[in-house]
Parts: sequence; C-alpha cells; structure tokens
Amino acid sequence: MIRRLVPGALTFLLLGLVIGGAFAGLLRAAGTVDYGGFLESSYTRRVVAFTIWQALLSALLSVGPAILVARALARRPSFPGRALLLRLFGLPLVLPTLVGILGVVAIYGQSGLFNRLLAGLHLEPRQFLYSLPGILIAHAFFNLPLATRLLLPAWSAIPGETWRLATQLGMNSRQVFRLIEWPLLRQVLPGVAGIVLMLCFTSFAVVLTLGGGPANSTIEVALYQAVRFEFDLGKAVQFALLQVAICGALVVAGQRFVPDVPLTPTAQRPQDRPDIAAWGGRIVDTAVLLAAAAFVLLPLAAVLRNGLAGPVGAVIADRALWLAVARSLAVALAAGLLATAAGWGLLLTSRELRLRRYRPRAAATMETVASLVLVVSPLVIGTGLFALLSPVADVFAIGLALVVIINAIMGLPYVIRTLGPPLMRVGEQHDRLCASLGIAGWNRLRLVEWPLLRRPVGTALALTAALTVGDLGVIALFGTQDTATLPLLLYQRMAAYQLDAAAVTAVVLAALCFGLFAIIERGVGGHGRR
Amino acid sequence: MAGVDLDAVAFRYEDMRMQFDLHVADGEFLAVIGPSGAGKSTLLSLIAGFERADSGHIRIGGQDVTHEHPSVRPVTMLFQDHNLFAHLHVAANVGLGIHPGLKLTVADRERVDAALEQVGLAGLAQRLPSQLSGGERQRVALARSLVRDRPVLLLDEPFAALGPALRREMLDLVRALQADRKLTVLLVSHQPEDALYAATRTAFVHGGRVLQVGATRELLDAAAGAELRAYLGEFQVRDDGRRN
Repeated sequence: MIRRLVPGALTFLLLGLVIGGAFAGLLRAAGTVDYGGFLESSYTRRVVAFTIWQALLSALLSVGPAILVARALARRPSFPGRALLLRLFGLPLVLPTLVGILGVVAIYGQSGLFNRLLAGLHLEPRQFLYSLPGILIAHAFFNLPLATRLLLPAWSAIPGETWRLATQLGMNSRQVFRLIEWPLLRQVLPGVAGIVLMLCFTSFAVVLTLGGGPANSTIEVALYQAVRFEFDLGKAVQFALLQVAICGALVVAGQRFVPDVPLTPTAQRPQDRPDIAAWGGRIVDTAVLLAAAAFVLLPLAAVLRNGLAGPVGAVIADRALWLAVARSLAVALAAGLLATAAGWGLLLTSRELRLRRYRPRAAATMETVASLVLVVSPLVIGTGLFALLSPVADVFAIGLALVVIINAIMGLPYVIRTLGPPLMRVGEQHDRLCASLGIAGWNRLRLVEWPLLRRPVGTALALTAALTVGDLGVIALFGTQDTATLPLLLYQRMAAYQLDAAAVTAVVLAALCFGLFAIIERGVGGHGRR
Repeated sequence: MAGVDLDAVAFRYEDMRMQFDLHVADGEFLAVIGPSGAGKSTLLSLIAGFERADSGHIRIGGQDVTHEHPSVRPVTMLFQDHNLFAHLHVAANVGLGIHPGLKLTVADRERVDAALEQVGLAGLAQRLPSQLSGGERQRVALARSLVRDRPVLLLDEPFAALGPALRREMLDLVRALQADRKLTVLLVSHQPEDALYAATRTAFVHGGRVLQVGATRELLDAAAGAELRAYLGEFQVRDDGRRN
C-alpha cells in the first residue's frame, strides 16, 4: 500500500527543505566571496588546525579511559552501586552543556576544588582551565560516560560459552583481553571513537566558554563570531562550508565502521569470567570505577552546591527567568514532538519497506541518511537558513521557530535509535496476525502499536525535549533579549560575570531539563512492566 | 462450501521459484509434510494471503481470493508462535477475532466465553498470555479461530514446541472442532506421526512443489520417490500407527 510510504516521505520532505534550504543559502552566499584568500589566511588555518587537534585529543582522552571503565563495569557485575553508576553516566548526555561547564569550572577553575587541594598540599595553585586543557576536561566530562555506555554492550555480546571455554583453558586477565575482548572491541571502537570525534569537532558551547579567546577558536565558534559580532556573513558561509567538507570527509572515512549499538544500558548480567576473582584486577577495577564516578559526580555536585548557596531569592523573583523558562519549555515540547513524529513516520515507512516489500537495503539507507544529520552541525544549518532568509524575513523575529525546527532535526537520530528496534520487533511479531484479523489504521495504533511502544516513544520524546531545553547552539545565533531561552539567559549572565546569579540559573536549568525528562518519560511511557 | 484449490500458483522468494498445485476438498483434514525450506509455510501463507502469488489462482469455496486481503479471506491461520498479543489478556485476544477494534457487545462477550470453554480454558479469560503454558496459549488462538468462524483452518506447526502427549491432545481438540464446525484443515507438520494421527490425506512438499498427495497411510507406506524416501528415512508405518 502506497499509504504506508507517506509518513517517511513527509519526514524526508522536512529534512530536504531544511537542509536543502540551508545549503541553498550557503551556496548562494558563497558565490560572492573570495575563497582563495579565505583558505590562505593564517587565521583560517589556525582555526582549522586547532579544531582538528582538540577534537583528536578530546576523543583520545574520552574513549581511552572509557575502555578501562567499561571493562571494569563488565568485569564487576555486582559492584555496589553499579546500576546507579550507569544512570549517572547517562546524565551528561542530557545535561545542559553550560551546566556541565559550570561544574567543570567549579572543580578545575582558579578557586576550584582541585586548586584548593593543591593549596592544601602546599603546592602552587595553577590556572589552566581557559585554554586547551579546559576544553579537553569538559569534553571528557561529557563524552567519557557516553563512550562507556556505547562500549559496554560489546561485552554483553560475548556468549557465556566463551567464558566457560576461557575458564577451562585457564586464561588470565591479560590473555582474556588479548584473545577475547580486544577482537570484539576492535569492531566497535572505530565507530564509538568516530561519534565522539564528531561531537568534539562540532562542539560549540564548551569552546565558546572555555576556549579563552580567538587563539583557541574552533570552526564552529569562528562561524558564530562571524555572524554575531563581525556581521560578516561571507566569512560565516566559508567556515560553514569548510565544516561540512571536513565532517563529510570524516564520515566517508568512518562510514564502514559505524556500529549499531543501543544507547540504553543492558540489564543482562555477564557470565562469570575466569579473571573475576584475581585481587589485582579487583583493586584496579575498583580504583577505575571510583575515579570515573568522582570525575562525573563532583562537577554535578559542585553545581548544585554553588547554586543553592547563591542568591536564590533574587534570581527566582526575576521575571526574565520565568519568561525564559516558558520559552524553553515551549521550544522543547515543540521540537520534541516534531522530532518524535518525524522519526516515527520515517520508521513506519522503513518497516514497511523491510518487512512487507523485502527492501531491507532501502530501509537501512533511509535510517542512515536521517541519522547522518549529526554531521551537519546545527550552527551550519542555522547559518545557511540565516543566509537564505535574511534578505526576505526578520530572522531574529522567527528565531524561535528556526530553533524548534533545527533542534527537531538534530533529535531525529536519537528517535531512530530509541524507537527503531522496538518498532521493527512489533512488526516482525504481529504483522501477520494483524493482517489476518484486519487490525489496521487507528485500531492497530490503539490496540497494538501504542501499548507496546509507549515506553520507547516516551523515552524518545523525553530525550529530544530535554536535549532542546539545554541547548545553547542555534539559539545563540538567533536569540535576542526578547527571545532568550534559559540557556541563552545563563550564557548572558556568565558572559557578564554575574557568576552568583549564573550558579542559581544553572540549577534551575538542570532542574527544568531533568524534570522535563522524568515527567515526559513517566507520563508518556507509563509505569507498565514492559 | 470451502474446498481450497491452487492452480499453478507461482511465487518467488530470493532464488527459490515455487509453483503449487493442490486441491483440498471441503471438510477435509490434510497434512502437509516435507523438509524444512521446502515451502510448506509459504504454501500456507499464500492461501492465507500473507504472501501474494506472482501468478496463478487460489480459490476457496469456488471464490477466487488470489488478490484478497488476508483479513477478508475465509481463513484462519495459527502460527508456531506470536499468535497472541502479549500485552492483552486472553479475552481481548479472542475478542479481536470478532471486532478488530475490540468493540464488543454483550452477546459478543458471551461468544468469547463460550469459545474459551470449548477449548478448555473456562475461567482463564483475564489472564495474560505470559501466565499461560505453551499449550494453553495455542488453545487461546484456537478459541479465536472459533469466534472468527472461518471455514478454513491453517495450522503452521503451532504444536511443534509441545511434547508428544500434549501434541496429541491438541490434535484431538482440532479434530473435535473440525467435526463440530465442518472445517477444512491444513496442518503443516514436521512429524509424519502427526499426519498419521490426524490427517486423512497428506501432501508431500519438496523444492517448492507439491510432489505427492494421497491417503496418509498409503502415501507413507509406499514411500514412493527418492525425495520422500530421503525425507522419511527410517520412518515406518506400523499397524498400530506408531513410530517404529
């Protein structure tokens, strides 16, 4: 039935309009600028070199330790608080970037916990945060937990028979790693490292706040500065095209390795491994897990402490705060609903192609293309739409609408990852039965799809809404005093060095983000056992 | 009247070309045996409408249903598993056979209860499928086939996961329902003794074709043709109808 191909077509229409429109804007503006001079300029070269360098180091410092942490988690299925630790590692994904940055500052900044420890040891306090080290620490804070959660499923894929065999052969920890774990890791590592590399390559808020000046600018930040401060759209377009070209090259290089790993932690308890009882391993694993927990937990705790110790009354009484909260909520709900609807529609069509039309490759291509939007950074799309629309409309007036649409598209890969596998499973198990009983359309949605899928739908909606609530990216490009969302308000306070007010605002933002996530996930997903 | 007739029904799945000719009389109990991958399930799926024939004609009770949607064919099919929606209780699973949106009248609910009673599940209407045994779950699916009241019942190895005694019990139930409702039954099975136990006639499917059809005992006794002999192996029919 052609009808079933319509939802996916609509999603692609949306994708095509927004991304195609952005590229049309970029390319039209690019025709009028001097490309040779731009590429020759030492500023451009420095920005590109720094962007790549910091992304490589960040990926290395995130994924390297993540291997140790994931292995420790895999080896210690009954480590006290293991489930809690996994939940903790889920927080940075949703945590508003600025809140995480404030946490990092609170620990590693000039008067942070780290320097106070140094002072306690009678060592010279050091100011290292506002340059490359700060960027690396913040990127590791966000991406080490993510990489850990992406890597962990590789261990659950090892069948119990393998462990029995390893035990029978008397393998020690090092042999287990070399002969069993490494071959598996080698398959997933390039993909996970690629994801982290891409996230760090296009990272915006971290570099903007911790970069400490033009010397440490990345392409993404240079793009933003060209639009907002130099009013040089031509330069912005050049940076945007450069960004797309490099990201595209990275993706083409890494395409073959992209793993299909779920974002949710697996609840399965691994089988007993032969190296589980060795004391050396126990001590190392415990140390690794405690260090990782502290690395993630301390900044979060510091944000909370500083916020509660700040001028809570004055901040809460400010009308601007509540207006920003209201705008953030509206934008987040709209973007979340749009992303979930578009992703669901696309998946319905890809399921139709896969299960009823025997076109699995076409279906997989659809899903991959939609997931690849992660490559085109939101600021690039924003700049393109800015270039396209600024001659014909007041882009600042429709800024929030653009924020909704761009964030919805950015949320699409998360929806596809969360909702895709369960949706496919429902089709595989129940398609024939539904066909034979004539359960279709509204009846099928009400009786079959919704009860079985409301949990992943709730998670997808909660995730995309929470990511939008905490986003400082597109809004920095289009936001004004009158359209400021909560992250933009927080950034303005940080930029104005109102650090006490910023600390309180950060707690409000974090509470809004996690509150929204929890309410949507529970409210939509329900409490059912499935 | 609900005989099932397949005339040169062609279907292609990946590299396998199949073509089926088969005639099942109204009210008959036909077993379909053959090695795995031979096309037994495809044959049933074509009759039920889950697969569309590339060419040829499928008639049920004289009506050409080749291009009909599965839900309007006079057919109910039981699969090996996933016959039930795990999140709906037993009564709802049966009730879906009456109305695909579960809008049931009081009389409908009574029909559901009666069907459950007929398959021996009275009192379990509010259970979830996960609270039932494998045999009980297939009984729920049979109860639904009763309320759907379609003259042709297709069984795609629905009892394969059950032990021998339970399998016979289920076959007895199917035969009782068949006699009660004058059903035409096609049973796909891996076990020749199931065919012997329940089916008057048996079709042997191999390589996407119906190679032989005949009275079950004679077909298995004669074991004519290299393919059937290879499939049956050491299997021999004894007078008491048991495996050697």
